[in-house]
Amino acid sequence: MTIVFLTFILMLSVFLGFELINKVPATLHTPLMSGANAISGITVVGAIALAGTGDQDLAQWLGAGAVALASINVVGGYLVTDRMLAMFKKKGGAAK
Amino acid sequence: MSSTNGLIIELAYVVSAALFILGLKLLGSAATARKGNTISSVGMLLAIVAALIDQGIVSYQWILLGMVVGGLIGAAAARLVQMTSMPEMVALFNGFGGLASLLVGWAALNGDASTFTLITIVLSVLIGGVTFTGSLIAYGKLSENLGSGAIMFRGQQVVNSLIVLGIVGASVMLSMDPLNTTWLYAVIGLSLLFGIMAVIPIGGADMPVVISLLNSYSGLAACAAGFAINNNILIVAGSLVGASGIILTQIMCKSMNRSLGNVLFSGFGSGVTEATVVEGEIKPISVEDAFYVLEAASNVAIIPGYGMAVAQAQHVVKELCELLEENGAEVNFGIHPVAGRMPGHMNVLLAEADVPYDQLLEMDEINPRMETVDVAIVIGANDVVNPAAREVESSPIYGMPVINVDTAKTVFVLKRSMASGFAGIENPLFYKENTRMLFGDAKESIGGLIREFS
Repeated sequence: MTIVFLTFILMLSVFLGFELINKVPATLHTPLMSGANAISGITVVGAIALAGTGDQDLAQWLGAGAVALASINVVGGYLVTDRMLAMFKKKGGAAK
Repeated sequence: MSSTNGLIIELAYVVSAALFILGLKLLGSAATARKGNTISSVGMLLAIVAALIDQGIVSYQWILLGMVVGGLIGAAAARLVQMTSMPEMVALFNGFGGLASLLVGWAALNGDASTFTLITIVLSVLIGGVTFTGSLIAYGKLSENLGSGAIMFRGQQVVNSLIVLGIVGASVMLSMDPLNTTWLYAVIGLSLLFGIMAVIPIGGADMPVVISLLNSYSGLAACAAGFAINNNILIVAGSLVGASGIILTQIMCKSMNRSLGNVLFSGFGSGVTEATVVEGEIKPISVEDAFYVLEAASNVAIIPGYGMAVAQAQHVVKELCELLEENGAEVNFGIHPVAGRMPGHMNVLLAEADVPYDQLLEMDEINPRMETVDVAIVIGANDVVNPAAREVESSPIYGMPVINVDTAKTVFVLKRSMASGFAGIENPLFYKENTRMLFGDAKESIGGLIREFS
Protein backbone atom coordinates (compact mmCIF):
# COMPACT_ATOMS: atom_id res chain seq x y z
CA MET A 1 0.00 0.00 0.00
CA THR A 2 2.85 2.40 0.82
CA ILE A 3 4.17 1.97 -2.72
CA VAL A 4 0.85 3.01 -4.23
CA PHE A 5 0.58 5.94 -1.86
CA LEU A 6 4.09 7.23 -2.64
CA THR A 7 3.59 6.77 -6.37
CA PHE A 8 0.35 8.74 -6.10
CA ILE A 9 2.23 11.62 -4.49
CA LEU A 10 4.85 11.43 -7.22
CA MET A 11 2.25 11.63 -9.96
CA LEU A 12 0.48 14.66 -8.45
CA SER A 13 3.75 16.53 -7.78
CA VAL A 14 4.99 16.03 -11.33
CA PHE A 15 1.77 17.47 -12.79
CA LEU A 16 1.89 20.33 -10.31
CA GLY A 17 5.52 21.03 -11.22
CA PHE A 18 4.66 21.23 -14.93
CA GLU A 19 1.78 23.63 -14.24
CA LEU A 20 3.89 25.86 -11.97
CA ILE A 21 6.87 26.21 -14.26
CA ASN A 22 5.16 26.44 -17.62
CA LYS A 23 4.35 30.14 -17.39
CA VAL A 24 7.66 31.40 -16.03
CA PRO A 25 9.02 34.17 -18.33
CA ALA A 26 12.44 33.67 -19.95
CA THR A 27 13.90 36.55 -17.91
CA LEU A 28 13.62 34.43 -14.78
CA HIS A 29 14.93 31.15 -16.14
CA THR A 30 18.31 31.35 -14.40
CA PRO A 31 16.96 32.24 -10.93
CA LEU A 32 14.24 29.62 -11.40
CA MET A 33 16.84 27.01 -12.17
CA SER A 34 19.10 27.86 -9.26
CA GLY A 35 16.10 28.16 -6.94
CA ALA A 36 14.85 24.75 -8.03
CA ASN A 37 18.39 23.48 -7.59
CA ALA A 38 18.33 24.61 -3.96
CA ILE A 39 15.08 22.70 -3.47
CA SER A 40 16.70 19.54 -4.82
CA GLY A 41 19.02 19.81 -1.81
CA ILE A 42 16.03 18.38 0.12
CA THR A 43 18.10 15.20 0.14
CA VAL A 44 19.62 16.71 3.29
CA VAL A 45 16.46 15.68 5.15
CA GLY A 46 17.01 12.03 4.27
CA ALA A 47 20.71 12.29 4.98
CA ILE A 48 20.14 13.69 8.48
CA ALA A 49 18.34 10.55 9.62
CA LEU A 50 21.15 8.37 8.27
CA ALA A 51 23.93 10.46 9.82
CA GLY A 52 22.38 10.49 13.27
CA THR A 53 22.08 6.78 14.04
CA GLY A 54 25.20 6.88 16.22
CA ASP A 55 26.15 3.48 14.83
CA GLN A 56 29.63 4.47 13.68
CA ASP A 57 29.12 2.30 10.61
CA LEU A 58 29.51 2.95 6.89
CA ALA A 59 25.90 4.15 6.55
CA GLN A 60 26.51 6.87 9.10
CA TRP A 61 29.62 8.18 7.35
CA LEU A 62 27.83 8.14 4.02
CA GLY A 63 24.96 10.02 5.63
CA ALA A 64 27.29 12.65 7.10
CA GLY A 65 28.92 13.15 3.70
CA ALA A 66 25.50 13.52 2.12
CA VAL A 67 24.49 16.10 4.76
CA ALA A 68 27.55 18.20 3.91
CA LEU A 69 27.07 17.97 0.13
CA ALA A 70 23.34 18.67 0.26
CA SER A 71 23.97 21.61 2.63
CA ILE A 72 26.27 23.18 0.03
CA ASN A 73 23.45 22.79 -2.47
CA VAL A 74 20.78 24.23 -0.16
CA VAL A 75 22.66 27.16 1.36
CA GLY A 76 24.57 28.09 -1.81
CA GLY A 77 21.50 27.67 -4.01
CA TYR A 78 19.19 29.90 -1.97
CA LEU A 79 21.79 32.60 -1.36
CA VAL A 80 22.90 32.84 -4.96
CA THR A 81 19.29 32.95 -6.17
CA ASP A 82 18.55 35.74 -3.74
CA ARG A 83 21.63 37.62 -4.88
CA MET A 84 20.50 37.38 -8.49
CA LEU A 85 16.91 38.33 -7.82
CA ALA A 86 17.97 41.37 -5.80
CA MET A 87 19.43 42.75 -9.04
CA PHE A 88 16.24 42.47 -11.09
CA LYS A 89 14.70 45.93 -11.26
CA LYS A 90 11.80 47.42 -13.11
CA LYS A 91 12.14 50.64 -15.08
CA GLY A 92 11.96 53.63 -12.76
CA GLY A 93 14.51 52.17 -10.39
CA ALA A 94 12.17 50.86 -7.69
CA ALA A 95 14.03 47.95 -6.16
CA LYS A 96 12.12 44.74 -5.82
CA MET B 1 9.75 6.67 17.62
CA SER B 2 6.63 7.78 19.46
CA SER B 3 3.68 8.34 17.21
CA THR B 4 3.17 11.99 18.27
CA ASN B 5 6.72 12.81 17.31
CA GLY B 6 6.27 11.09 13.95
CA LEU B 7 2.99 12.88 13.33
CA ILE B 8 4.47 16.31 14.06
CA ILE B 9 7.30 15.60 11.63
CA GLU B 10 4.93 14.45 8.89
CA LEU B 11 2.72 17.53 9.36
CA ALA B 12 5.77 19.80 9.20
CA TYR B 13 6.65 18.14 5.88
CA VAL B 14 3.18 18.90 4.56
CA VAL B 15 3.61 22.58 5.45
CA SER B 16 7.06 22.73 3.93
CA ALA B 17 5.77 21.12 0.71
CA ALA B 18 3.12 23.85 0.56
CA LEU B 19 5.82 26.49 1.04
CA PHE B 20 7.90 24.99 -1.82
CA ILE B 21 4.88 25.08 -4.12
CA LEU B 22 3.99 28.65 -3.15
CA GLY B 23 7.63 29.70 -3.52
CA LEU B 24 7.89 28.22 -7.03
CA LYS B 25 4.63 29.90 -8.00
CA LEU B 26 5.92 33.31 -6.87
CA LEU B 27 9.18 32.69 -8.77
CA GLY B 28 7.04 32.94 -11.92
CA SER B 29 6.91 36.73 -11.89
CA ALA B 30 9.80 39.15 -11.61
CA ALA B 31 7.93 41.32 -9.11
CA THR B 32 7.41 38.52 -6.60
CA ALA B 33 10.34 36.21 -7.37
CA ARG B 34 12.56 37.28 -4.49
CA LYS B 35 9.77 36.74 -2.00
CA GLY B 36 9.13 33.34 -3.57
CA ASN B 37 12.72 32.29 -3.07
CA THR B 38 12.58 33.36 0.58
CA ILE B 39 9.36 31.41 1.14
CA SER B 40 10.88 28.34 -0.44
CA SER B 41 13.94 28.66 1.83
CA VAL B 42 11.65 28.86 4.89
CA GLY B 43 10.06 25.62 3.69
CA MET B 44 13.52 24.05 3.52
CA LEU B 45 14.41 25.27 7.01
CA LEU B 46 11.18 23.81 8.38
CA ALA B 47 11.84 20.45 6.74
CA ILE B 48 15.39 20.35 8.16
CA VAL B 49 14.21 21.25 11.68
CA ALA B 50 11.52 18.57 11.44
CA ALA B 51 14.11 16.00 10.38
CA LEU B 52 16.32 17.00 13.32
CA ILE B 53 13.65 16.45 15.99
CA ASP B 54 13.20 12.84 14.88
CA GLN B 55 13.62 10.69 17.98
CA GLY B 56 15.43 8.09 15.95
CA ILE B 57 18.45 10.39 15.99
CA VAL B 58 20.78 9.63 18.88
CA SER B 59 23.90 11.49 17.85
CA TYR B 60 24.01 14.99 16.45
CA GLN B 61 27.72 15.62 16.10
CA TRP B 62 28.14 14.36 12.53
CA ILE B 63 24.95 15.99 11.35
CA LEU B 64 25.98 19.37 12.69
CA LEU B 65 29.51 19.03 11.42
CA GLY B 66 28.21 18.21 7.95
CA MET B 67 25.76 21.08 7.98
CA VAL B 68 28.30 23.61 9.17
CA VAL B 69 30.97 22.56 6.68
CA GLY B 70 28.52 22.37 3.78
CA GLY B 71 26.73 25.56 4.76
CA LEU B 72 29.95 27.56 4.97
CA ILE B 73 31.21 26.30 1.62
CA GLY B 74 27.84 27.04 0.01
CA ALA B 75 27.59 30.51 1.52
CA ALA B 76 31.12 31.44 0.53
CA ALA B 77 30.61 30.20 -3.03
CA ALA B 78 27.30 32.04 -3.38
CA ARG B 79 28.84 35.28 -2.17
CA LEU B 80 32.05 35.14 -4.16
CA VAL B 81 30.88 33.89 -7.54
CA GLN B 82 30.98 36.34 -10.44
CA MET B 83 27.69 36.79 -12.27
CA THR B 84 29.41 35.78 -15.49
CA SER B 85 30.37 32.46 -13.87
CA MET B 86 26.81 31.67 -12.84
CA PRO B 87 26.33 28.76 -15.30
CA GLU B 88 29.28 26.77 -13.90
CA MET B 89 28.18 27.57 -10.35
CA VAL B 90 24.72 26.14 -10.98
CA ALA B 91 26.29 23.10 -12.64
CA LEU B 92 28.54 22.50 -9.64
CA PHE B 93 25.73 22.81 -7.07
CA ASN B 94 23.72 20.40 -9.18
CA GLY B 95 26.54 17.91 -9.04
CA PHE B 96 26.75 18.08 -5.24
CA GLY B 97 23.00 17.46 -5.00
CA GLY B 98 23.40 14.42 -7.23
CA LEU B 99 26.28 13.01 -5.19
CA ALA B 100 24.30 13.52 -1.97
CA SER B 101 21.47 11.41 -3.42
CA LEU B 102 23.96 8.74 -4.45
CA LEU B 103 25.29 8.55 -0.88
CA VAL B 104 21.81 8.43 0.63
CA GLY B 105 20.84 5.58 -1.70
CA TRP B 106 24.04 3.73 -0.84
CA ALA B 107 23.53 4.20 2.92
CA ALA B 108 19.92 3.00 2.67
CA LEU B 109 21.03 -0.28 1.11
CA ASN B 110 20.61 -3.25 3.44
CA GLY B 111 19.75 -6.91 3.29
CA ASP B 112 16.09 -6.80 4.28
CA ALA B 113 14.86 -4.16 1.85
CA SER B 114 11.94 -5.15 -0.40
CA THR B 115 12.50 -5.52 -4.13
CA PHE B 116 10.68 -2.24 -4.79
CA THR B 117 12.88 -0.41 -2.30
CA LEU B 118 15.97 -2.01 -3.83
CA ILE B 119 14.96 -0.78 -7.28
CA THR B 120 14.52 2.77 -5.98
CA ILE B 121 17.86 2.56 -4.17
CA VAL B 122 19.55 1.52 -7.41
CA LEU B 123 17.79 4.37 -9.22
CA SER B 124 18.91 6.97 -6.71
CA VAL B 125 22.53 5.75 -6.89
CA LEU B 126 22.35 5.64 -10.68
CA ILE B 127 20.72 9.03 -11.33
CA GLY B 128 22.77 10.63 -8.55
CA GLY B 129 26.00 9.29 -10.06
CA VAL B 130 25.19 10.42 -13.60
CA THR B 131 24.18 13.85 -12.28
CA PHE B 132 27.41 14.16 -10.32
CA THR B 133 29.98 13.41 -13.03
CA GLY B 134 27.80 14.92 -15.77
CA SER B 135 27.69 18.17 -13.82
CA LEU B 136 31.43 18.10 -13.19
CA ILE B 137 32.10 17.76 -16.91
CA ALA B 138 29.58 20.53 -17.63
CA TYR B 139 31.38 22.65 -15.03
CA GLY B 140 34.72 21.92 -16.68
CA LYS B 141 33.40 22.89 -20.10
CA LEU B 142 31.70 26.06 -18.87
CA SER B 143 34.68 27.28 -16.89
CA GLU B 144 36.92 26.44 -19.87
CA ASN B 145 39.06 24.11 -17.76
CA LEU B 146 38.14 21.49 -20.32
CA GLY B 147 37.84 22.37 -23.97
CA SER B 148 34.29 23.51 -24.62
CA GLY B 149 34.01 21.63 -27.89
CA ALA B 150 32.24 18.34 -28.44
CA ILE B 151 34.47 15.31 -27.94
CA MET B 152 33.67 12.49 -30.34
CA PHE B 153 35.58 9.35 -31.08
CA ARG B 154 35.12 6.30 -33.23
CA GLY B 155 32.94 3.67 -31.60
CA GLN B 156 31.51 6.08 -29.05
CA GLN B 157 27.99 4.73 -29.56
CA VAL B 158 29.24 1.19 -29.03
CA VAL B 159 31.07 2.10 -25.83
CA ASN B 160 28.01 3.94 -24.51
CA SER B 161 25.73 1.04 -25.35
CA LEU B 162 28.06 -1.32 -23.48
CA ILE B 163 28.02 0.96 -20.43
CA VAL B 164 24.21 1.04 -20.48
CA LEU B 165 24.09 -2.75 -20.77
CA GLY B 166 26.56 -3.02 -17.91
CA ILE B 167 24.45 -0.70 -15.74
CA VAL B 168 21.29 -2.68 -16.45
CA GLY B 169 23.05 -5.97 -15.71
CA ALA B 170 24.70 -4.78 -12.51
CA SER B 171 21.42 -3.19 -11.33
CA VAL B 172 19.49 -6.41 -11.83
CA MET B 173 22.18 -8.42 -10.03
CA LEU B 174 22.25 -5.93 -7.15
CA SER B 175 18.47 -6.05 -6.76
CA MET B 176 18.64 -9.84 -6.50
CA ASP B 177 21.69 -9.96 -4.25
CA PRO B 178 21.78 -6.68 -2.27
CA LEU B 179 24.54 -7.75 0.12
CA ASN B 180 27.06 -8.40 -2.61
CA THR B 181 29.05 -5.17 -2.69
CA THR B 182 30.66 -6.03 -6.03
CA TRP B 183 27.42 -5.24 -7.83
CA LEU B 184 26.95 -2.07 -5.81
CA TYR B 185 30.41 -0.79 -6.72
CA ALA B 186 29.77 -1.76 -10.33
CA VAL B 187 26.56 0.30 -10.43
CA ILE B 188 28.29 3.28 -8.80
CA GLY B 189 31.34 3.10 -11.05
CA LEU B 190 29.37 2.64 -14.25
CA SER B 191 26.93 5.43 -13.48
CA LEU B 192 29.82 7.80 -12.76
CA LEU B 193 31.42 6.76 -16.04
CA PHE B 194 28.16 7.18 -17.91
CA GLY B 195 27.75 10.75 -16.62
CA ILE B 196 31.12 11.59 -18.16
CA MET B 197 30.40 9.85 -21.44
CA ALA B 198 26.98 11.47 -21.73
CA VAL B 199 28.23 15.05 -21.49
CA ILE B 200 31.60 15.01 -23.32
CA PRO B 201 30.04 14.80 -26.81
CA ILE B 202 27.97 17.93 -26.21
CA GLY B 203 29.37 21.26 -27.42
CA GLY B 204 29.58 24.48 -25.40
CA ALA B 205 26.67 26.22 -27.11
CA ASP B 206 24.32 23.34 -26.25
CA MET B 207 25.05 23.80 -22.54
CA PRO B 208 21.69 25.48 -21.79
CA VAL B 209 20.02 22.16 -22.63
CA VAL B 210 22.51 20.10 -20.62
CA ILE B 211 22.28 22.26 -17.51
CA SER B 212 18.47 22.16 -17.59
CA LEU B 213 18.56 18.41 -18.00
CA LEU B 214 21.05 17.88 -15.16
CA ASN B 215 18.88 20.14 -13.01
CA SER B 216 16.01 17.81 -13.72
CA TYR B 217 18.15 14.75 -12.90
CA SER B 218 19.19 16.17 -9.53
CA GLY B 219 15.49 16.46 -8.68
CA LEU B 220 14.74 12.95 -9.91
CA ALA B 221 17.67 11.58 -7.87
CA ALA B 222 16.26 13.21 -4.73
CA CYS B 223 12.88 11.76 -5.63
CA ALA B 224 14.31 8.24 -6.00
CA ALA B 225 16.13 8.65 -2.68
CA GLY B 226 12.76 9.59 -1.18
CA PHE B 227 11.29 6.28 -2.34
CA ALA B 228 14.35 4.46 -1.01
CA ILE B 229 13.92 5.81 2.51
CA ASN B 230 10.13 6.22 2.45
CA ASN B 231 10.13 9.97 2.77
CA ASN B 232 7.26 12.08 1.36
CA ILE B 233 8.96 15.44 1.29
CA LEU B 234 11.87 14.13 -0.76
CA ILE B 235 9.44 12.77 -3.31
CA VAL B 236 7.38 15.96 -3.54
CA ALA B 237 10.32 18.39 -3.67
CA GLY B 238 12.35 16.12 -5.95
CA SER B 239 9.61 15.69 -8.48
CA LEU B 240 8.82 19.42 -8.53
CA VAL B 241 12.45 20.07 -9.44
CA GLY B 242 12.46 17.19 -11.92
CA ALA B 243 9.41 18.57 -13.70
CA SER B 244 10.76 22.12 -13.81
CA GLY B 245 14.06 20.93 -15.27
CA ILE B 246 12.27 18.96 -17.96
CA ILE B 247 10.20 21.99 -18.97
CA LEU B 248 13.27 24.20 -19.24
CA THR B 249 14.97 21.49 -21.30
CA GLN B 250 11.98 21.42 -23.65
CA ILE B 251 11.96 25.21 -24.03
CA MET B 252 15.69 25.22 -24.83
CA CYS B 253 15.36 22.46 -27.43
CA LYS B 254 12.42 24.19 -29.07
CA SER B 255 14.44 27.42 -29.31
CA MET B 256 17.07 25.55 -31.26
CA ASN B 257 14.57 23.63 -33.34
CA ARG B 258 16.23 20.39 -32.35
CA SER B 259 15.05 17.34 -30.53
CA LEU B 260 16.54 16.38 -27.19
CA GLY B 261 17.96 13.25 -28.79
CA ASN B 262 19.69 15.34 -31.43
CA VAL B 263 21.32 17.57 -28.80
CA LEU B 264 22.45 14.63 -26.67
CA PHE B 265 23.75 12.31 -29.33
CA SER B 266 24.67 14.20 -32.48
CA GLY B 267 27.89 15.85 -31.31
CA PHE B 268 26.65 18.91 -33.18
CA GLY B 269 29.45 21.32 -33.94
CA SER B 270 32.26 18.82 -33.77
CA GLY B 271 34.04 20.15 -36.79
CA VAL B 272 31.19 20.36 -39.27
CA THR B 273 32.58 22.16 -42.27
CA GLU B 274 29.87 23.74 -44.35
CA ALA B 275 30.61 24.74 -47.89
CA THR B 276 27.97 27.46 -47.98
CA VAL B 277 28.85 30.04 -50.58
CA VAL B 278 28.02 33.48 -49.28
CA GLU B 279 27.86 36.40 -51.67
CA GLY B 280 28.72 39.98 -50.87
CA GLU B 281 31.59 41.49 -48.98
CA ILE B 282 32.46 42.30 -45.41
CA LYS B 283 32.19 46.02 -44.66
CA PRO B 284 34.13 47.07 -41.56
CA ILE B 285 33.29 50.32 -39.80
CA SER B 286 35.33 52.51 -37.46
CA VAL B 287 34.18 53.48 -33.99
CA GLU B 288 33.90 57.09 -35.14
CA ASP B 289 31.63 56.30 -38.09
CA ALA B 290 29.55 53.98 -35.94
CA PHE B 291 29.06 56.85 -33.50
CA TYR B 292 27.68 59.14 -36.24
CA VAL B 293 25.14 56.50 -37.26
CA LEU B 294 24.10 55.88 -33.64
CA GLU B 295 23.81 59.60 -32.93
CA ALA B 296 21.22 59.88 -35.69
CA ALA B 297 19.31 56.77 -34.65
CA SER B 298 16.00 57.08 -32.83
CA ASN B 299 15.35 53.37 -32.31
CA VAL B 300 18.13 51.03 -31.26
CA ALA B 301 18.00 47.31 -30.48
CA ILE B 302 20.86 45.54 -28.70
CA ILE B 303 21.23 41.78 -29.18
CA PRO B 304 23.71 40.28 -26.71
CA GLY B 305 25.24 36.80 -26.88
CA TYR B 306 27.81 34.72 -25.05
CA GLY B 307 30.54 37.06 -26.33
CA MET B 308 29.17 39.81 -24.10
CA ALA B 309 29.63 37.55 -21.08
CA VAL B 310 33.17 36.62 -22.15
CA ALA B 311 34.15 40.28 -22.64
CA GLN B 312 32.37 41.23 -19.36
CA ALA B 313 30.83 44.02 -21.40
CA GLN B 314 27.43 44.27 -19.65
CA HIS B 315 28.28 47.40 -17.67
CA VAL B 316 29.59 49.39 -20.64
CA VAL B 317 26.55 48.23 -22.61
CA LYS B 318 24.31 49.73 -19.94
CA GLU B 319 26.33 52.96 -20.07
CA LEU B 320 25.98 53.16 -23.86
CA CYS B 321 22.29 52.45 -23.49
CA GLU B 322 21.89 55.42 -21.11
CA LEU B 323 23.76 57.75 -23.44
CA LEU B 324 21.56 56.71 -26.37
CA GLU B 325 18.44 57.33 -24.30
CA GLU B 326 19.71 60.77 -23.26
CA ASN B 327 20.20 61.38 -26.96
CA GLY B 328 16.47 60.71 -27.48
CA ALA B 329 16.62 57.18 -28.82
CA GLU B 330 14.44 54.29 -27.72
CA VAL B 331 16.64 51.36 -26.69
CA ASN B 332 15.51 47.77 -26.30
CA PHE B 333 17.31 44.51 -25.79
CA GLY B 334 16.44 41.40 -27.79
CA ILE B 335 17.20 38.22 -25.88
CA HIS B 336 17.28 34.89 -27.67
CA PRO B 337 16.25 31.98 -25.40
CA VAL B 338 19.54 30.13 -25.92
CA ALA B 339 21.87 33.16 -25.95
CA GLY B 340 24.64 32.41 -23.49
CA ARG B 341 25.39 29.21 -21.65
CA MET B 342 22.27 28.67 -19.60
CA PRO B 343 18.60 29.61 -19.77
CA GLY B 344 18.22 33.30 -18.92
CA HIS B 345 21.99 33.91 -18.80
CA MET B 346 21.85 37.29 -20.59
CA ASN B 347 19.00 38.53 -18.40
CA VAL B 348 21.01 37.95 -15.24
CA LEU B 349 24.08 39.73 -16.61
CA LEU B 350 22.04 42.73 -17.75
CA ALA B 351 20.21 42.80 -14.42
CA GLU B 352 23.62 42.95 -12.75
CA ALA B 353 24.40 46.03 -14.86
CA ASP B 354 21.10 47.61 -13.70
CA VAL B 355 19.21 47.27 -16.97
CA PRO B 356 15.51 47.16 -15.99
CA TYR B 357 13.93 43.83 -16.91
CA ASP B 358 11.01 45.41 -18.81
CA GLN B 359 13.56 46.66 -21.32
CA LEU B 360 14.56 43.08 -22.16
CA LEU B 361 12.36 41.72 -24.93
CA GLU B 362 11.97 38.07 -25.83
CA MET B 363 12.55 37.00 -29.41
CA ASP B 364 8.83 36.93 -30.30
CA GLU B 365 8.39 40.47 -29.04
CA ILE B 366 11.38 42.04 -30.75
CA ASN B 367 11.11 40.39 -34.16
CA PRO B 368 7.90 42.15 -35.28
CA ARG B 369 9.46 45.51 -34.31
CA MET B 370 12.76 44.90 -36.04
CA GLU B 371 11.77 46.69 -39.28
CA THR B 372 11.31 49.94 -37.40
CA VAL B 373 14.72 49.67 -35.73
CA ASP B 374 17.34 52.09 -37.06
CA VAL B 375 20.38 50.32 -35.65
CA ALA B 376 20.57 46.78 -34.33
CA ILE B 377 23.78 46.19 -32.35
CA VAL B 378 24.83 42.56 -32.14
CA ILE B 379 27.28 42.02 -29.28
CA GLY B 380 29.05 38.69 -29.24
CA ALA B 381 26.11 36.78 -30.69
CA ASN B 382 26.39 34.78 -33.89
CA ASP B 383 24.20 31.75 -34.49
CA VAL B 384 21.13 33.25 -32.79
CA VAL B 385 21.07 36.08 -35.37
CA ASN B 386 22.09 33.99 -38.38
CA PRO B 387 19.63 34.55 -41.25
CA ALA B 388 20.78 31.24 -42.77
CA ALA B 389 18.34 29.65 -40.32
CA ARG B 390 15.56 31.18 -42.44
CA GLU B 391 17.14 31.29 -45.89
CA VAL B 392 19.60 28.45 -46.44
CA GLU B 393 17.87 25.10 -46.44
CA SER B 394 21.14 23.19 -46.38
CA SER B 395 22.36 24.97 -43.27
CA PRO B 396 22.62 22.80 -40.12
CA ILE B 397 20.67 25.41 -38.19
CA TYR B 398 17.93 25.77 -40.83
CA GLY B 399 14.56 26.12 -39.09
CA MET B 400 15.96 27.41 -35.80
CA PRO B 401 14.06 30.53 -34.73
CA VAL B 402 16.46 33.49 -34.78
CA ILE B 403 16.30 37.20 -34.05
CA ASN B 404 15.89 38.85 -37.46
CA VAL B 405 18.40 41.65 -37.05
CA ASP B 406 18.99 41.73 -40.83
CA THR B 407 15.57 43.37 -41.27
CA ALA B 408 16.69 46.42 -39.26
CA LYS B 409 17.83 49.45 -41.27
CA THR B 410 21.46 49.09 -40.16
CA VAL B 411 23.17 46.27 -38.28
CA PHE B 412 26.39 46.65 -36.30
CA VAL B 413 28.12 43.41 -35.48
CA LEU B 414 30.69 43.63 -32.68
CA LYS B 415 33.06 40.78 -33.16
CA ARG B 416 36.59 39.88 -32.26
CA SER B 417 37.54 38.46 -35.66
CA MET B 418 35.96 36.74 -38.63
CA ALA B 419 36.00 33.26 -37.05
CA SER B 420 32.60 31.59 -37.37
CA GLY B 421 30.31 30.54 -34.50
CA PHE B 422 30.58 27.38 -32.47
CA ALA B 423 29.13 25.22 -35.19
CA GLY B 424 31.52 26.51 -37.83
CA ILE B 425 28.55 27.79 -39.81
CA GLU B 426 29.06 30.76 -42.09
CA ASN B 427 26.88 33.70 -41.15
CA PRO B 428 25.45 35.46 -44.24
CA LEU B 429 24.45 38.34 -41.95
CA PHE B 430 28.04 39.61 -42.04
CA TYR B 431 27.86 39.96 -45.81
CA LYS B 432 24.51 41.75 -46.02
CA GLU B 433 24.20 45.18 -47.63
CA ASN B 434 23.07 46.84 -44.36
CA THR B 435 25.64 45.18 -42.08
CA ARG B 436 28.75 46.89 -40.74
CA MET B 437 31.39 45.00 -38.77
CA LEU B 438 32.97 46.67 -35.75
CA PHE B 439 36.00 44.48 -35.10
CA GLY B 440 37.75 44.25 -31.73
CA ASP B 441 37.02 43.45 -28.11
CA ALA B 442 33.35 44.24 -27.42
CA LYS B 443 34.15 46.07 -24.20
CA GLU B 444 36.75 48.29 -25.88
CA SER B 445 34.59 49.01 -28.93
CA ILE B 446 31.66 50.09 -26.76
CA GLY B 447 34.03 52.07 -24.54
CA GLY B 448 35.17 53.88 -27.70
CA LEU B 449 31.57 54.69 -28.63
CA ILE B 450 30.95 56.04 -25.12
CA ARG B 451 33.99 58.31 -25.40
CA GLU B 452 32.67 59.66 -28.70
CA PHE B 453 29.37 60.54 -27.04
CA SER B 454 30.91 62.46 -24.17
